[in-house]
Formats: sequence, C-alpha cells, structure tokens
Amino acid sequence: MKQIAVISGKGGTGKTVVTGSFAALAKNKVMVDCDVDAADLHLLLHPEVKERHEFRSGQTAVIDKKLCKKCGKCASVCRFGAIKSDYTIERFSCEGCALCSHICPRGAIRMEENVAGEWFVSDTQYGPFVHAKLGIAEENSGKLVAKIRQIAKELAQKQNLEYVIIDGPPGIGCPVIASLSGVDCALVVTEPTLSGLHDAKRVMEVVTYFNIPIKLVVNKYDLNPLMTGKIEEFCRSLNVPVIGKIAFDKTVVKALVEGTTVIEYAECAASNEVKKIWEDLQ
Amino acid sequence: MIISVASGKGGTGKTTVAVNLALSLKNIQFIDCDVEEPNAHIFLKPRIAGEKKANIPVPEVDEAKCTYCGKCREVCAYHAIAVLPGSDGKKGSVLIFPHLCHGCGACSLLCPQGAIKEVNKEIGAIEIGEKGNMQFIHGRLNIGEAMSPPLIRQVKEYINSTRTVIIDAPPGTSCPVITAVKESDFCMLVTEPTPFGLNDLILAVEVLRKLQIPFGVVINRSDIGDGKVEDYCANEHIPVLMKIPFSREIAVSYSEGVPIVEKDASYQDKFINLYLNICGIKNEANSRH
Repeated sequence: MKQIAVISGKGGTGKTVVTGSFAALAKNKVMVDCDVDAADLHLLLHPEVKERHEFRSGQTAVIDKKLCKKCGKCASVCRFGAIKSDYTIERFSCEGCALCSHICPRGAIRMEENVAGEWFVSDTQYGPFVHAKLGIAEENSGKLVAKIRQIAKELAQKQNLEYVIIDGPPGIGCPVIASLSGVDCALVVTEPTLSGLHDAKRVMEVVTYFNIPIKLVVNKYDLNPLMTGKIEEFCRSLNVPVIGKIAFDKTVVKALVEGTTVIEYAECAASNEVKKIWEDLQ
Repeated sequence: MIISVASGKGGTGKTTVAVNLALSLKNIQFIDCDVEEPNAHIFLKPRIAGEKKANIPVPEVDEAKCTYCGKCREVCAYHAIAVLPGSDGKKGSVLIFPHLCHGCGACSLLCPQGAIKEVNKEIGAIEIGEKGNMQFIHGRLNIGEAMSPPLIRQVKEYINSTRTVIIDAPPGTSCPVITAVKESDFCMLVTEPTPFGLNDLILAVEVLRKLQIPFGVVINRSDIGDGKVEDYCANEHIPVLMKIPFSREIAVSYSEGVPIVEKDASYQDKFINLYLNICGIKNEANSRH
C-alpha cells in the first residue's frame, strides 16, 4: 500500500481538482480529504455516507457561578485571555489547558469535553472515501486529520487497496504535518506566481524536514511561463522532479461547476496532463 | 477600525484584496497574520526595519529538585510531558515534548517541588517595516512548527488602533483563522463563484456569525463559474461589497507580485469605494444599536 498526499502551501492552487482527478483514474484506492476545516473533495465525489462518528477532542473550562467568589485567581494564571471580566469563559480563546480548574481555590471550574467535529466513511462511485467536518471555530484539526488517516489506512489494509490518496490542507502547520506523517510521497501542486513559489518552497522544506520524497506539479503553468521556468529551476536544484505542467483551461472550472472531475467531464489539455501525472505517480 | 480579510477557501484573493485596499487608503497599518504562508510582503515590498524572535514558554525540569511524582504529567492537557519514576535506586527521568506544549504554564505553577522553570522556545519571527507611510508587520512560522496561533497572537500585539488596521488572515475555519480575525470591527470574506468557493464561504460565514463580527463578501474572478454565490448572499442578506472580474492581465501581474492598483490606477477608486462601503455598513449597524 502506498500513501500519497497532495499539498501546496498556498491555497487555491488546484489540490482538490488534481486529487479529484486521481479518484477517477486510480483503481483500488481509498480517498481521504484531510482539509478538514474547509473540505471540498466531497463536491466532486458525491459520497453516500455509510458511517458517521463524533470527533471528541480537547476541553473547555466552565465556571460554576454559584461556587465562584470572583477572586480573580483563574484570570491571573490564564495565558489565553479566556476568562472574561464577568467570570465566564470566552469559548474561542480557551485552549483547554485546565490550569484554571486546578488553581481555583473553590473548585468552581470544571472542564467539559468538546465535540470538535464529525468524521465519515462513505461510498462513492470511485470507491471508499473517508472525510470529516471540523466543527465551526473548533481546534485540533491535526488530531482529526490523524484520526481519518488512521481509519483510511485500516480500510486500505482490510480491503487490500493499493493506494491511500490524501487531499491535504493549505499552509504548513499542524493539519499539514498530520497529513504528511508517514506518507510515501508528497505531491506539491503549485502555480507560477511569486506567492506560489514562495509558499511551495516553505512547504517543501516541511516535507524535507520529515524526510518524505517530493514530486511537483505546476498548475496553470502558461499564465506565466517565466515563473514556471523559475519553479522548474528551483526544483532541479533540489532534485525534485516536476512531473506535470497543467495549462490554464476554463474546462476545469466548467467541470467544477458541474460537480465532476475534469477527467470525466471532457478530454482536454488539462485532463490529458493529469492522466500523465497519475501514470508517473504509479 | 480593524478590518480583517478572510476566506474559507485558500487562493481566492485575500492577499490581493488586502494589499490593494491598503495601497488605496491613507494611514494604514498592514498586518499579515497568515504566518504559515505570509505573502503580502511579496506585493507591498516593505522596507523591513527590525525583526523580533517569537517564542513560547516551554518547561525545563531541574532534576536535582524533581522527585518524579508525576504531577506535571497529570496536569498537562496536551500530553507534552512523560515521567518515568525511579526504581531500584535508579534515577527517574522526565521527558518533555516541546512541539506538543501550548505554553499554558500549568506544570511549572503546579509542581509541588518548584522544580520546573520555563524557557523560551523559538517558534518564528515577527518582522516590522514600512512602505511609504504604511506600517507593515508580519509573522513567519518556523518550518516544522505545528502551532501558529501563539505567533498570530504575538503579531497582533502590534496593532495600532490610531490607524486603519488591515489584517490578512490565513485560509480555513479553525484556530488560526479565529485567532487572526477575533476583535476585528469588520471582516471581508473573499470568495470565487465556484462550488468550492461557495461551500467554504458558507463555513466562513458560520464562523463570523459565531464570533459576532460584521462582514461582507468580495467576489473575485466574478465572471467565471456560476451565480450561486450571489444567490446565496442575496438569500442570507449578506452584502456583496465588490466584484473583481477575471482578467488574464491581473492574473499575470499578480504572478509577478504587482498589485492591481499599480497596473490599473482606476482600481484605486474601486478599492476606496470598497472601504466606503464597509464604513457605511458599520455606521448603519452602530446607529441601530
């Protein structure tokens, strides 16, 4: 079994369009959407949810008004500014460290477990799909990513599937690190812009930090061929293979609007290039 | 006034809108809170005058005082401490996992022996500079560092509310975004008219409603895709503040790090209008209260 994570650093470079196309091309795989706080892959795969599970993670402090004497001890130790002047908890600031509950001389503060989201195992016409929805304004996205990756891996082992294909989140922080840990290959999708190059460099440093092999794709490469050249040059200097260059193609947006992958929507320059990319990844 | 620029989906044009708005107004403080992938500097090209390391406090154990009682492990909500008690005359040991530590201070405060002190661990840097009369500040998270909110909080300590503050937020809907947009007076949500753009806009709207921050929408590449984003905004009574049509010329100048207003000066008035739009919505809301 091989695990492939599609990441980008910068958002909106085409991760999900590429990952969605792999769903249509790859046989024997499980798809995973690890962009748990702004998941989009389901809009292409149209899952039929088979299992739905609560994701419990983290805690939030609750002050018992009857016991609280407003001594201010809790507010003086809280480093997250989560204790408001009326001795209630600012939910979005509380990081659940529980220091206030340990320090309160009257035992007036208890910790409540958060329901931080949901995760799903679904059927799609492309095979099994594991995905999740982080609760609005919740934390611990990294743990939710780790959870669904573990479920996907178990599913792949049980059903003898060849690939786990992961749609990763943007950025370089905790959900990205959780999406990358232990994968066999990271596919970086970038665009020929200064921002795209800047962000791809940073995310490639993260991938290298974890000793994971990298391959790179330039999306909308013809918007700025000069910048595409710079990206290729940079990749050469790191021995990172550029395995595809996808032309800017309005067909991609049309497919998206129809809620389907570009592979199924039409034979076009973009779909042919993505096919080539998938062949290379195999 | 603090105006933040956010979006559920990445790559919709947050930085473009934030940068061009900033360049169209006076007395601006620009704060890039996308510390994982800060990009505004590429377009603003500020003169950086100083850099400050950003640290979080992590525990360090004085093993001479430690009795390996395990209290620190017990109180650490993030499993960042493991304690192996001593046995058969052998000394115990305490293992610290700094990347899991949130820097809450519980272990050091609650250690019965006073054996834990906090030391600084660098998580990134804050750079301060200027572009003409504009103040510029951004944070840069170190590679391999998982937690961006502490750095975002430290970047936001520089907010100077005598200026119009523009905050460029990271994408998504979870803790980094919340930390960046919290305490803004207004938030602009930048989206694109595609199913992905709409799906993530709806999530971002839920976040702002929960945080009770007034907001409006900017539709970028407004002539690609479909009309569902506009339908949604109309149904939800969300003001559409501005529409920016797709132009290959804008896309190319973006790719070279050139802001729209420097390519096409007529956009300056459009961004001033965007600002006046926001002020109008704010005034209306204030007069209702």
